[in-house]
Amino acid sequence: MSAISEDVVDSASISAASTKRRSLWLLAIRNPNVIIGGTILAIMLLIAALAPVLGTIDPTRIDPAGRNKKPGTEITYKLDDGTTAKRVAIMGTDSLGRDVYSRVIYGTRVSLAVGVAVAIIAVLIGTIIGLISGYVRWLDGFIMRIMDGLMAIPGILLAIALVSIWRAGLITVIFAIVVPDVPRVVRLVRSVVLTVREEPYVEGAISVGTPTWILMFRHILPNTVAPLIVQGTFLAAAAILVEAALSFLGIGIPPEIPSWGNIMAEGRTLFRVFPHNIFFPGIFLALTVLAINIMGDGLRDTLDPKMSKKV
Amino acid sequence: MSTEAKRPVLEVRNLSVSLPSGADRVHAVEKVSFTVSPGEIVCLVGESGSGKSVIAFTVMGLLAKALKPTSGEILLEGENILAASETRLRQLRCTRMSMIFQEPMTALNPVMTCGEQIDEVLNTHTKLDAAARKAKIIAILARVKLPEPERIYASYPHQLSGGQRQRIMIAMALVLDPVLLIADEPTTALDVTTQAEILKLIAELQDGQGTGVLFITHDFGVVAEIAHRVAVLRWGELVEMGPTEKILSRPEHSYTKMLISSVPSIHPVHRDVRKDGPTVLRTEKLGKTYSGSGFFQKARVVRAAIDVDLDIRRGETLGIVGESGSGKSTVARCIARLIDPSEGKIFLGDTEIATMKASKLRPHRRRVQIVFQDPYRSMNPRITIGESIIEGPMNFGLKRDEAIVRARKLMETVRLDPNSLDRYPHQFSGGQRQRICIARALAMEPELLIADEAVSALDVSVQKQVLELLDEIRVRLNLAVLFITHDLRVAAQICDYVAVMSKGRVVEYGSAEQVFGSPKDDYTKALFAAAPGRNWEFGKFAAA
Repeated sequence: MSAISEDVVDSASISAASTKRRSLWLLAIRNPNVIIGGTILAIMLLIAALAPVLGTIDPTRIDPAGRNKKPGTEITYKLDDGTTAKRVAIMGTDSLGRDVYSRVIYGTRVSLAVGVAVAIIAVLIGTIIGLISGYVRWLDGFIMRIMDGLMAIPGILLAIALVSIWRAGLITVIFAIVVPDVPRVVRLVRSVVLTVREEPYVEGAISVGTPTWILMFRHILPNTVAPLIVQGTFLAAAAILVEAALSFLGIGIPPEIPSWGNIMAEGRTLFRVFPHNIFFPGIFLALTVLAINIMGDGLRDTLDPKMSKKV
Repeated sequence: MSTEAKRPVLEVRNLSVSLPSGADRVHAVEKVSFTVSPGEIVCLVGESGSGKSVIAFTVMGLLAKALKPTSGEILLEGENILAASETRLRQLRCTRMSMIFQEPMTALNPVMTCGEQIDEVLNTHTKLDAAARKAKIIAILARVKLPEPERIYASYPHQLSGGQRQRIMIAMALVLDPVLLIADEPTTALDVTTQAEILKLIAELQDGQGTGVLFITHDFGVVAEIAHRVAVLRWGELVEMGPTEKILSRPEHSYTKMLISSVPSIHPVHRDVRKDGPTVLRTEKLGKTYSGSGFFQKARVVRAAIDVDLDIRRGETLGIVGESGSGKSTVARCIARLIDPSEGKIFLGDTEIATMKASKLRPHRRRVQIVFQDPYRSMNPRITIGESIIEGPMNFGLKRDEAIVRARKLMETVRLDPNSLDRYPHQFSGGQRQRICIARALAMEPELLIADEAVSALDVSVQKQVLELLDEIRVRLNLAVLFITHDLRVAAQICDYVAVMSKGRVVEYGSAEQVFGSPKDDYTKALFAAAPGRNWEFGKFAAA
C-alpha cells in the first residue's frame, strides 16, 4: 500500500509552522505589561548608572547652613576651594543639610543592586538544590525539611540577628534576604523537576543511556527557565522592599550610604514638618517595585500561562 | 429501532462553523447536514480534527467563543438552536437535549455527591419537592443499573469506578427524559469490558425511551456495535452517510473505504515464525510491588506485577494485552529498567539485569529500547529531532558525524525526509513523531524493541501505517518486539505470541492464533466477548 509514502514529510509544507518556541519570547516582549514595566525599570537602571552626571552633588555632603530646606529652595554652597556656588535643591535637604535629590538618585543604585543580587543568588542556589531534591529522591525529604525550616525564619529577624553578629552592610542585607527566599525557588524548581522527570522524553533519554548530568541540564533544566524568570522578578521586587524596610529600621545598609530606606529613616522624625524626606524616596521605591511586578505579571502571562488566570 | 417517517428530533441543515484565522483550515465544519430520528442512534465517525466534537458542541450551544457558526441551522424538534437565546438554551439543555462526555471524572464535580449533582438538574428544571426529587434520582440510578442506588446517591465521584461514573453521567443526562442524547466518545476512556456494558446500557435506554442519540466516536468497532446510521466526517465535511450495514460493508467514498480497511481484524493472521531464533529476553517470576508508606499513613501495598514469566526470541513479536491497571506497562518498564523490579529475574541474552546496579546497567541500556504511547510527549520539544536521534549513539561513543549519517539512514527507514532532521518535534504530526521515536530507538541498534501502547494515540489510518512499519522493521532487522496494547485488534494483527494480563498476573500465554482462536482462561474469554464489533469483519477495500 502506498499510504506510507504519502505521509513522507514535505519539507516545504512544514516550514511554515517553524520557530513556535522562539516566538514565545517575541510575544513576551510585545506584552503591554512587559513593555510598561520594562521601560520604567530601564529608566531606573539608567538613573543608577548615570547618577554622577544627573546634576547631583556628593550625597553624603553635610551642609549645616542648609538644613531642612523645602523642595525648590535655592541653596548657596561653599565649595572645597573656598568659592561659592548656587543650586536649586529640587527635592529639598534633610536635617543634616544633605541634598535629598542626590541621595535619592544614588539610592537607586543600592536598591537595584539588592534586588538584582538577591534574585540572581536565590535563583542560582535554589535551582541547584531544587534539581537535586527533585531528582535524587532519597535526599528529597531531608532537603525539603531543611527548606521548610528556613522558610519559617522571617527575613527581618534574621537580618537583626546577622547585623548583631557581623557588621551592617550590603552583603549582610543581601544574605539575610536571600536565605528565606531560597526555599521558594527550591520548591518551584523541585515541582517542575518532579513533573518533567515523568515525561516520556526524559524516560526515553534514560533508556538511550544519557548520563544523569546531561539529563538534568539538557532535558530537565530548560523547563524551569520560564517560571524562574517570573519568580526572579517577584523576588527582586520583594527584596527591594525588604531592604528598604531593614534600612528604615536601622539594621540594614549603614546610614552613611544613601539608600531609599535610609533616607526615609532619617526623615521620619520630622515627617510632619518636612514630608519631602519620605515622599521622594517613597515615590521611587513604589515606582520601582510596581514596575518589576507589572513586568513579572506580563512575563508570567506569556511565558508561563498555566500560572496565570487567562490561558 | 424503527426509523419510519417520524419528525426527526434533530435536524442539522447545511451547518458551517468557522475556525479563527490562522488555523490550518477555514472551517471546522463545512456544510454538514444530517438528521437524528426518535429512537435512532446516529454515529458521527471521523479521525481527530474531523470536526465531530465541534458539531456536538454546536448543537448543545457550548461552542468555544473563538468558533462561530457561519451558516445553516440546527433544529431540535423544529426549533432553531442557533437562533435561540442563552436563557432558552439553558432551558433546553437537560430537558430536551443532554450530553455525556469522554472523561466522566472531569465532567463530574469532585466535591459534590453524585446524588446532589443529579438533584441540581432536577432542582433547576422542575418544581418537584425534595422527596419527589430523591425518589426520581433513586429510580434513574436503578435504571442505569447502578448497584445500591441509595449508597451511590451519597457517594462522591472518586469513590466510584470509571464505568460507574459514566453511568452517573448517563443518569444525569437522562433524568428528565430528553429527546436527544449526545454522547461524545463516552467509552473511549473506559476499559473494553466496561465499554461493552456502557454501550449496551445506552442502546437499551434509548430503545426503551425512544431517545434519539448522536454518538460520536473514532472507533469502527463501536460503530458496528451500536449505530443505526453512520455519518463519516473528514476535515469538517461529511463524506458519506447511510445505514450502518451499508457504510461498513459497501462504502462508496474512497475515504470511508480507506478508513474501514485500516481497522485491524480481530482474527489473527497466520504468521510464520522461525522458532529457532536465540532467546533475546526471558523473565523469571518478575514482580513489582509498590508500597507507599508515608510518615503518618498506613503502608499501602500494590502488587502491580506478580510472577511474570515471558520469553521472546529474535524476530518475534510478543504482545501483552490487558485492561488498564493489569500491569502490562509495569512489566515493560521493568524490562527497560525504567523502574526497578521488586522480585524475579530478567535475562537479556545471558545477562541478568533485574538486580544490576545503575552504573553497570548502562552498557545494557542500549540493548532494550522503548517507544512510548504519547507522540506529543515522547520527544524533548526544545531540541531538534536530529539531536534527539543522535543523543543515544553519541552517549555510547559514536562520533557526531557518524551519528548523523546513521540518523539520516534511519529517517529513510521510517519513511521520513532525512533533510528534516533539523526540525523540531512540534513541526510533525502524531504519526510522524511516532516514527521519529522508532528511529530514535533503532539508532541504538537494540536487540529488543518495546512498544508501550505505541499506536494507541494514533488515528486508525495512521495506526495502520505505523504498525506496518514496525512489522517491516522487525523482519528486516530480525528484531525481538515486545508489544504492549489494550487493543485486541492491533494485537491480533501484529503479535506472534500473546500474553493476557489481569491484575498483575499473566492469565493466558500462547501463540496469537491459539489465544484468539480458543481462549482457555475465563478472563480472556470475557475480554474477547467485550471487544466492540467482534462479530463484524471489516472488509478490505481497494484504496482509491
